[in-house]
Amino acid sequence: MDQPLDNLPLAHFLLTGAVIFVLGVIGFLTRRNLIIIFLCTEMMFQGVAISLVAFSRFHMNMTGQTFVIFVLTIAAAEAALALGLVVLLFRRKRTLDAQAWAELSG
Amino acid sequence: MTLELETIKWIPWLPALAAVVGGVCCMRKSMRNLAAPACILSILAGFIITLGVQSKVTVDSPRVFKAFTWIHIENFAVDFSFYVDPLTIIMLTVITGVGTLVAWYASGYMKGDRGYARFFAAVSLFIFAMTILVMADNLFLLYLGWEGVGLCSYLLIGFYYNKPAAVAAAKKAFIVNRIGDLFFALGIFLTYSHFHTVSLAEVLRSAGDLNTNLHAGGQGVFDLGAAPSVVVIPFLLMLGAFGKSAQLPLYMWLPDAMEGPTPVSALIHAATMVTAGVYLIARLLPLFALSPYALPIVAAVGGATALFAATIALCQCDIKRIFAYSTISQLGYMFMGVGAVSTAGPTVSATGAIYHLFTHAFFKALLFLTAGSVMHSLAGQLDLRKMSGLSKKMPITSVLMLIGCLALAGFPFTSGFFSKDLILADVVEMGRSNSPFATLYSVLGIVGVATAFLTAFYTFRLWFRVFTGPEQYEMGSDGHGHEEEGHDAGKAGHEQAHAPKSGETASAAIAVEHHHEPHEVSFVLMNLPLIFLAIGALGAGLWESKFGWIHHGIETSSAFLGYIPKTASDAGEAHDIHFTMQLISGSIAIVGIALAAWFHWLNRPAGERVARAFSGLVKVLNNKYYVDELNDALIVRPLRTLADVLFVFDSLIIDGIVQLVGFLPRALGMSLRPSQQGELQGYGLGMAFGAAFVLIVVLWSLNLVAMH
Repeated sequence: MDQPLDNLPLAHFLLTGAVIFVLGVIGFLTRRNLIIIFLCTEMMFQGVAISLVAFSRFHMNMTGQTFVIFVLTIAAAEAALALGLVVLLFRRKRTLDAQAWAELSG
Repeated sequence: MTLELETIKWIPWLPALAAVVGGVCCMRKSMRNLAAPACILSILAGFIITLGVQSKVTVDSPRVFKAFTWIHIENFAVDFSFYVDPLTIIMLTVITGVGTLVAWYASGYMKGDRGYARFFAAVSLFIFAMTILVMADNLFLLYLGWEGVGLCSYLLIGFYYNKPAAVAAAKKAFIVNRIGDLFFALGIFLTYSHFHTVSLAEVLRSAGDLNTNLHAGGQGVFDLGAAPSVVVIPFLLMLGAFGKSAQLPLYMWLPDAMEGPTPVSALIHAATMVTAGVYLIARLLPLFALSPYALPIVAAVGGATALFAATIALCQCDIKRIFAYSTISQLGYMFMGVGAVSTAGPTVSATGAIYHLFTHAFFKALLFLTAGSVMHSLAGQLDLRKMSGLSKKMPITSVLMLIGCLALAGFPFTSGFFSKDLILADVVEMGRSNSPFATLYSVLGIVGVATAFLTAFYTFRLWFRVFTGPEQYEMGSDGHGHEEEGHDAGKAGHEQAHAPKSGETASAAIAVEHHHEPHEVSFVLMNLPLIFLAIGALGAGLWESKFGWIHHGIETSSAFLGYIPKTASDAGEAHDIHFTMQLISGSIAIVGIALAAWFHWLNRPAGERVARAFSGLVKVLNNKYYVDELNDALIVRPLRTLADVLFVFDSLIIDGIVQLVGFLPRALGMSLRPSQQGELQGYGLGMAFGAAFVLIVVLWSLNLVAMH
C-alpha cells in the first residue's frame, strides 16, 4: 500500500461520505423517534469519518485517521450518554416522540 | 454707655441662636413659651449693642469685621465679614429697635396660636437675615441676607398654611421677588466681572473713582468705550430693589402679603424688609451714579408708584390692605428721595430717603400693630364698612392709631412731616437745578405733593371710619377675641362655631349674644410697645431736626457722593425751598385730614354721595386698576396655556420617545417569538441551513480568492 488511492479517485470517497452525511441530516430532520434521531447523528459522524479517512489516504499521512479515532472514541462515549438521556426522557413521558418535548416554544 | 466696636459682630448671631432655640421649642410642647422671650431678648440685645457702639462708628473707625472665610476658590475669596458705617448703624437701629417692639407685641398677639414657637423661630431667623443684609461687607453676603429675608417673608406670609389665600399669597410674594432677585444676581455678577471684587468697600471706591474720572473728563458715561457694560449694573440692581421694595411693576405681592399675621406685616412688610431696596440703592449710590439715567429712573418709578398706590388706597376697604398700599406709596417716596441725588445736582446724599425709611418704620409699624389690635378685638374683622365708632371701646388703640395716622399724613411736627418734606424739598431742588432731568424732577415734585394730599385723605378716612361715628361693629369669624381658644384661623371647629354670624345682618346684638365684644387689648403685652412706637412716630422728626443724627450719619457713609461746595445764595435758596415745601406739605396734609373728617366723620352721607357720583372711578380703584386681572390675563393665563401645551408636548412627544425606546425591543421579541416552536427538528433545520449558508459563503469566497 504505497500508492495513494490507486484504483478509485478521491471524489468517490468524498461523495460516499457526503451521501451518508446528508442521509443522516435528512433523517435527523424528518424522524420523530428520539433513538432514530440519535442514530442519524451517528450516521452524520460516519459520513464525516469516511471523508477524513479518505483525505488521510490521499495525502499519505496519519492526521485524518488519528482524528477519526478521536471522533469514534467521543462518539462511543456520547452514545452511552445520549442513550442514557433518551431512557430518562422516555421515563418522563412514556414516549419516544421528540414532539413531546416542545416546552421551549415562544 | 459705650461698648467696644467689636461687639457689633454679635448682632446677627444672637437672633440666629434664638431661631435655633425657637426651632427646638417647636418640637417640644413644654418649651413652647420659651421661643418668645428668646426672640425678644436676642433682638433687644442687638438693639442695646447698636446703641452702645453707635458713638464709636465714624468715618475713620475700623469698618470691616471678619467672622470667617466663607468661600475660597483659587484666588476668589469671599469673607463672612461685616461692614460697619453710620448707614449700617441707622439701619440696625430701625431693625433691632422696631423688631424688639414688634416681637414684644407679637408675644401677646400670637398667644394661644398653635404655631406660637414657629412664629418666633421665623421672626428670629428674619432678624438674622436682615441684619446680615445691612451689615454685609460684600455683595455675596448681602445677597445671602437678601434671599434670607425673602425666605422668612415667604414662611411668615404662609404662616396660616391651611388657609389657601395665605399659601397663594406666600407663593406670589416669593415668585415676584424671584423676578427681581434674578436681575439683582445678574447685577452682582456684572459688578464682579467689571471690578474683579465683590467687596463693598472696594467696589464703592472703584465706582467712585470711575465717577470722578468721568466728571473730570467731562465725557458722558456712554463714551466709556472700554467697558460699556458697566452702565448696565445700576439698572440690574435697580430691578432687584424694585422687587424687594414692591415698586412698579413688581409691587403686587405686597398687598397680598397681608395674609400673614399682623406683626409680620408690621415688621417685615412695612418697617424692615421692604426697605431693603432703598437701603441697597443708598448703599451702592456710587454704582448708581455710573449711569446718568439710573437715578432719575429710580425717582420716576418711585413717584409713579407713590401716586399709583395712594389712589388705590383711597377706595380699599380692608384696613391692612389700605396700610399695605400706603406702604407701597411711602416706599415710592423713599425711591423718589434716593433718586433725587446727583453728583452734579444740588442734592448729594440719600438723607431724605433714609430719614423717611427711619420715621416710616416707626409710624407704619405702629399703624399695622394698632390695626392688629382692632382685628384682635373684633375677631379678625378687617372690613372698614363693618366697624364704626370704636374709640369708646378701645380708647388707647384709637389714640395710638391717631398718632400713627398723623405721622403718616405728614401732620406738622410729626416725624413723617419732617422726612417727607425733606424728600419733597430734595426733589423740587433737583427740579430747579440745571440737571438735564430738571423737568422730570419738577413733575415728580407735583406728584409728591399730590400723593401727600391723598395720603392724608385715605389715612384719615380709615381712622374716622373705624373710631368715630355711631358705635357699630360686626365681629369677624376668627377666634381672635378668645384668649384661650387661640388665633389659628384654620381651626375648623372654631370657625364652624362662629359661622352663623358672618352674615351681613349680624350686628352688635348678636355679637354680645356670643359673649364677643370689642375690648381693649392687654396693656403690658400689646399696648406698651405701641406707646414706644408712638413716641418714635411723634418725636423722631423733632429729635432729628435738633440733633441731626441721620444727616450726620449719612454724610459719613457710602450713601453720600462727595461734597459740592455751595455758595451762600445757594444755601439760602435751598433753605427757602425747604421752608416753602414744609408750608405746602403741612397745609396740604391738614386739608386732606379736614376733607376726610367732613366726608367720613361729620357728614358721612355726603361722602357716600361723592362716592356714588364717581362710582365708575371708585369701582376701578376698588379693583386696584384691575392690575391683578390684567396680570392674570396677560401673564398667568398665557403661561398656564403654555404649560398645558408643554404638558401635552411632554406627555406625547417626550414620553412617547421614551415609551418607544422601551417598546421597540419588546415588539421585536414579540414578532420573533412565534419562530421558536420548541421542536427539535425546527432547531435542527435552522442549524442545517445556517451551516449550509456559511459553507456556501466560504466556498464562494474561496472561489473568488482562487480566481484572482
